[in-house]
Amino acid sequence: MRGVVKRVGTGVAVLAALCGLYTGYRWLWMTTGWTWPFVVDDITMPSLDSIVGALFDPVQTDGQTLLSLLVESSLFTAREAALGFAMGSIVGFALGAVIARFVVLQRGLMPYVVASQTIPILAIAPMVVVGLGNIEIGGWTPTDWLRVSVISAYLTFFPVTVNTVRGLQSADPRAVELMRSYASNEWGIFWKLRLPSALPYLFGAFRVAATASVVGAIIGELPSSIQDGLGGAIINFNQYYVLNPQNLWATNLVAAALGIAFFLVVVAVERLVVHRPPERFA
Amino acid sequence: MTTPETVVSLAGVTKTFPKGGVTAVQDIDLDVGRGEFISLIGPSGCGKSTLLRIVGDLVSPSAGTVSVNGKPAARARLDRDYGIVFQAAVLYDWRTVTKNIALPLELLGWNRTTRRARVAEMLELVELTGFERHYPWQLSGGMQQRVSIARALSFEPALLLMDEPFGALDEMTRERLNLELLRIWAETGSTVIFVTHSISEAVFLSTRVVVMSPRPGKIAGVVPIDLAQPRGVTTREDPRFFEHVTSVRELLHAIGADSIEPTLVEGFE
Repeated sequence: MRGVVKRVGTGVAVLAALCGLYTGYRWLWMTTGWTWPFVVDDITMPSLDSIVGALFDPVQTDGQTLLSLLVESSLFTAREAALGFAMGSIVGFALGAVIARFVVLQRGLMPYVVASQTIPILAIAPMVVVGLGNIEIGGWTPTDWLRVSVISAYLTFFPVTVNTVRGLQSADPRAVELMRSYASNEWGIFWKLRLPSALPYLFGAFRVAATASVVGAIIGELPSSIQDGLGGAIINFNQYYVLNPQNLWATNLVAAALGIAFFLVVVAVERLVVHRPPERFA
Repeated sequence: MTTPETVVSLAGVTKTFPKGGVTAVQDIDLDVGRGEFISLIGPSGCGKSTLLRIVGDLVSPSAGTVSVNGKPAARARLDRDYGIVFQAAVLYDWRTVTKNIALPLELLGWNRTTRRARVAEMLELVELTGFERHYPWQLSGGMQQRVSIARALSFEPALLLMDEPFGALDEMTRERLNLELLRIWAETGSTVIFVTHSISEAVFLSTRVVVMSPRPGKIAGVVPIDLAQPRGVTTREDPRFFEHVTSVRELLHAIGADSIEPTLVEGFE
């Protein structure tokens, strides 16, 4: 209990310090009139209270507030990201498990896995969105948000694959001998030894993948002209930035909060699943 | 050739590692009878760990035959005829003491109730009752090694293979575990092959000490230890204990391995 209080306290203190830095920087540059590295005014750095205030201003003709709109957008994007995270993790793990099992594949496949991540996601996104929009399986075509999930998965699988390979190969060689001495087959060694040994590595990857899946979902919305998610909101508020800069800032804050929420879910599951010596908790 | 009472029989066993062409052991002939406690002793690089792994079918010999319980070593491994204990306890961090000891039983397909009963029995044997729910990292090194021994004995293998199991422990813990091991050996009636760097440990525990010479590993001599059973704290004060220590030391001296020190790093020699 005291640990929780302490951690929440630290979190609040760091947040307050960051707000203080932002506000202090803004005030100093505006009062002195410094223009390096950029001019500080209400457009480049809107005040924090105007950003927070904007959340409660109506943005729609029906009087819906920005916050309410952004919460709806977040839920839409969260659905894409969650599915993307799940698909990316499953594909990433399966690929990693195959690579870890057959060392020959490690040399053959790994360069392509790495190359897949050097292609900018913005170049892949339109191809995936348009391409998947054209397929038809028994009269069924993937809906817009499903196609965005694929892009999210594309950003997610890489860390999972890399850490699955490392994690599965991290098992103590003597523990492998021990399993052989119990006449365990490969499946038993995988299930009882390699997979549990890999869990800390896997969750390290899931932490990275969780935030990446949100970024992937937001970026995936752009070429598919989806208006209902955070990506749509960002594009929209980008166009009116000079008029209402605080709207884009507020959207970014909400997007960051969504990423953090995904991250925290992974950390919470990790606490439940991984039993490790306390000093090994990162 | 192999009588029913012979548990392990090695004939002309040679192992050359393809990498670098190192011959780890050469022409090893050794029969181990049921209920014997055999120590393998020798300087680093004499192939004693390799020999132990050959018996356990974790390394296959380049030449010669290995039989365990009258079967080829591979068959014996699949029949789970032996338990193995390494220098490091090699416990699974994510499993409690109970679940660590139950691991081989899970692989054997035992149900939860019988597993539980056996684990309780084993914990009593190694005097760790009350630590069921502890994780390995909450135990001392000596306790971890006792868990490891309990795990090796849990499925009642006829043969126990031990690779410097007490090498990383302090002298006092080591002597206490030596006594405990002898008690377990007497209670279970198992056969033990024990690799060690310590002359006094080998003499204290064994019915026979096999002295090995290095590069390539060969049997330099076998010293039968006929000290009375059961052995206890006073055994180490028996003048005949020192006579046996001296004969083992002289054998080691003769092969030019005077400076034997316990190594803390486990190597796949």
